[in-house]
Amino acid sequence: MRKILSLFNFAFGVLTASLMTLPAHAEDIGDADKGARVFKKCAACHQVGAEAKDRVGPHLNEVFGRPAAAHDGYRYSEGLRSAAIDGLVWDLEHLDAYLENPKSLVTGTRMNFRGLSEPNDRANVLAFLRQYSDDPSNYPEAEPTAIAPEVELAPEILSIVGDRDYGEYLASECSTCHQRDGSDQGIPAIVNWPAEDFVVVMHAYKRKIRPHPVMQMMADRLSNEEIAALAVYFEELE
Amino acid sequence: MKLNRRTFLGTGVVASAALSAPMVMASGKPRVVVIGGGAGGATAARYIAKDSKGEIDVTLVEPSRKYYTCFFSNLYIGGYRSLSSIGHTYGALAAEYGINVVHDWAVDVDREAKTVSLAGGSVLSYDRLVLSPGIDFVDGAVPGWDVTSQNKMPHAYKAGSQSELLKAQIDAMPQGGTYCMVAPPNPFRCPPGPYERISMVAHVLKEKNPTAKILIVDPKAKFSKQALFEEGWANHYDGMIERVGPDFGGDNVSVDPDAMTVNIDGEVTKVDVCNVIPAMKAGKICEMAGVNDGNWAPVIAHTMQSKIDESIHVLGDASAQGDMPKSGFSANSQAKVAAMAVRGALTGSKVFPAKFSNTCWSLIDDNDGIKVGASYEATDEKIAKTSGFISATGEDAALRQSTYEESVGWYAGITADMFG
Repeated sequence: MRKILSLFNFAFGVLTASLMTLPAHAEDIGDADKGARVFKKCAACHQVGAEAKDRVGPHLNEVFGRPAAAHDGYRYSEGLRSAAIDGLVWDLEHLDAYLENPKSLVTGTRMNFRGLSEPNDRANVLAFLRQYSDDPSNYPEAEPTAIAPEVELAPEILSIVGDRDYGEYLASECSTCHQRDGSDQGIPAIVNWPAEDFVVVMHAYKRKIRPHPVMQMMADRLSNEEIAALAVYFEELE
Repeated sequence: MKLNRRTFLGTGVVASAALSAPMVMASGKPRVVVIGGGAGGATAARYIAKDSKGEIDVTLVEPSRKYYTCFFSNLYIGGYRSLSSIGHTYGALAAEYGINVVHDWAVDVDREAKTVSLAGGSVLSYDRLVLSPGIDFVDGAVPGWDVTSQNKMPHAYKAGSQSELLKAQIDAMPQGGTYCMVAPPNPFRCPPGPYERISMVAHVLKEKNPTAKILIVDPKAKFSKQALFEEGWANHYDGMIERVGPDFGGDNVSVDPDAMTVNIDGEVTKVDVCNVIPAMKAGKICEMAGVNDGNWAPVIAHTMQSKIDESIHVLGDASAQGDMPKSGFSANSQAKVAAMAVRGALTGSKVFPAKFSNTCWSLIDDNDGIKVGASYEATDEKIAKTSGFISATGEDAALRQSTYEESVGWYAGITADMFG
C-alpha cells in the first residue's frame, strides 16, 4: 500500500482517514482491464462476478469494505477468523497488503499464494475487483471469472462418489506433509476444498499438467476412485 | 543440567514405575504396546488410538520425556533451528488420545507370554506389540570407538545431547582446524544425513572459521544425492571439503579418542572434531525380542508384521522391509499401514491395500534445498519401489528456496502427525 498511498497523496494532496474506509472508485485505484489479466493468477481459487461461487477460496463479490472472514457459508482458516476478531477490514490498504504477502498480514491463512510484489499489478487487480463491490448494478454482464479447468474430465470421473472411510486411510499419507488443521507453513493447506476442485487438481497432477514432482508421483498411483475418496474426505474434514 | 540419557533414566524409572502400576490391570480391551516414541512408534500409537476410538488400549513406552527428532537436527547444527524447536513431548498423545505414555526402557520381550518387561520393574501384556526402537551401533564397527567414546567423538546420530555436544565442539574448533566425519557403511539411518551434516558444518565454519577443513572418511563408493551435494559444496564451500572414499582407504579407518587422531589406511591424522557415525543395527530390543535376522528385523510388507512373530510389527529404521530408505518419513508411512493392520486384526475394522511413500529434503546452504523421494507398494517379497524423483543439478534459486520452504512445512506436518 505504501506506494499506492503515496501516489494518492501526490495526486490529490489530501487523503483523509474516512476516504480510506470508503472504497475508492476503480479508476482511481488502477487499470481494471490490466487487472483482469492479473486476476488469472487468482482465478484458480477465486471467482468474481454474477453467479460467482465459493471454490477453494471465497468468491470476491462485495469484498471491499467487508470485515475479514465475514462472508457466510465459507469456512475460513483459524488465522483469518482471529484476524477478524482483531478487527481486520478489507479496505484498500489491507487488501493491498494482503496481496503483497498474504502470510505476513494474516498468520495462518490458507491462501497459498506467494503474493504480487509489483505494486502496479496489485493496484490493477484491485481496480478490477473494485468493480464487483459496493454496487451490484455495475457487475459486468459476464460469466463468473473462473478460468477453464486445468484438465477436462469425463463426467463419469467427476460423478464418482468417494468412499469416505477409504479417503480417511489414504489421507493419512497426505498428512505427513499437509496439516489436517489447515495451517500452511510452506506446504499448502488442502482441507475443506470443494470435492470437484480437489478432483480436478489431482488429475492435473496425475497427467503431469501441474508441475510438482512429489504431487505428480503421489497422484500418479491413485485411481479415479481413490482420488474421489480423498476429495470427499478432505471436503468434510472438521 | 544438560540433557543426558543416563540422568533421564535415573529419574525416569522412579516416576514411571509408579505411573505404570495401574496400567498392568487388564481392561478387557485388546492391548497394544508400542516401544519407541519416534516417527514410527508415536505415529502408530496415535493412529491406533485415534482410529479405534477407545476400542484398543494403547501403551507407548519411550525413555525420553522430551524427544528430539533426528530429522532437522542437522539444521540445529547449522544454526537454522534451535534445539527446543526440534524437541517434542507426549502430552497430547496422553491427554487427547488416551494413550498410556510410559517413560521407561523396555528391557525384555517374552513372546510366549506376550509380555514386555520394563527397567522399572513393571510388566506389560500385549495382544499386538509394535517395535519401533530406531537404531543402535554395531560394536567394533570403527576400531578404537565404542559408545563410551561418544563424549569425545560424538555420533550425533540420535538427536539431543549428542547434537548439542557436536555443535559445541564445532564452535570451539581452533582457527584453521579440522572437522572429521567417519561416515557409516550401508544400510544406515537417513542416507543423505551425513552429507547434509557436512553442508551444515561447512555453513557454520565458512562464517566463523573460514580456513578450517572438513574431512570425510567414507567406506562407500557413492552416496545419496551425491551429484547435488558435490555441486552445492563446490558452489558454496569451495576447497573446504575433502572426501576420502574406499579407493583411498576410506573403508579402513580406526580412531583414538584420547589422542583425537584418525588412522586412515595406516596414515595417522590429528583432528579437532571427530564425528564418528558407526555401522548401525536395529535398536537392541529387537535382538532381545529375537525378531532379527542379522542386524535388522525382517517384516511382511503388507502389514509390517515380523516374519518371525506375527504378533509383532516392526517399523522404521529397525525393520528390513525392502526398498524404502531408513528415514523418519518412511517410519511414519509404515506406521500408518501397521496401525491399519493392527486395528483390522484386533477389532475387525476395514483393511485397505498398503501404500508407502518417502521424501527426504536436505539443506545445503541458505535457501538451497534439495529433495529425493519415491513411492512404494507391498509385494509378497518386500516393499517395492514403484516410482521416484530427485532434484536436478543446476536448478534455479527460486526452486531451491521453495524446496527448502517445503521442508519446513513438512517438518510441521510430520511432527503434528506424530505427536498430535
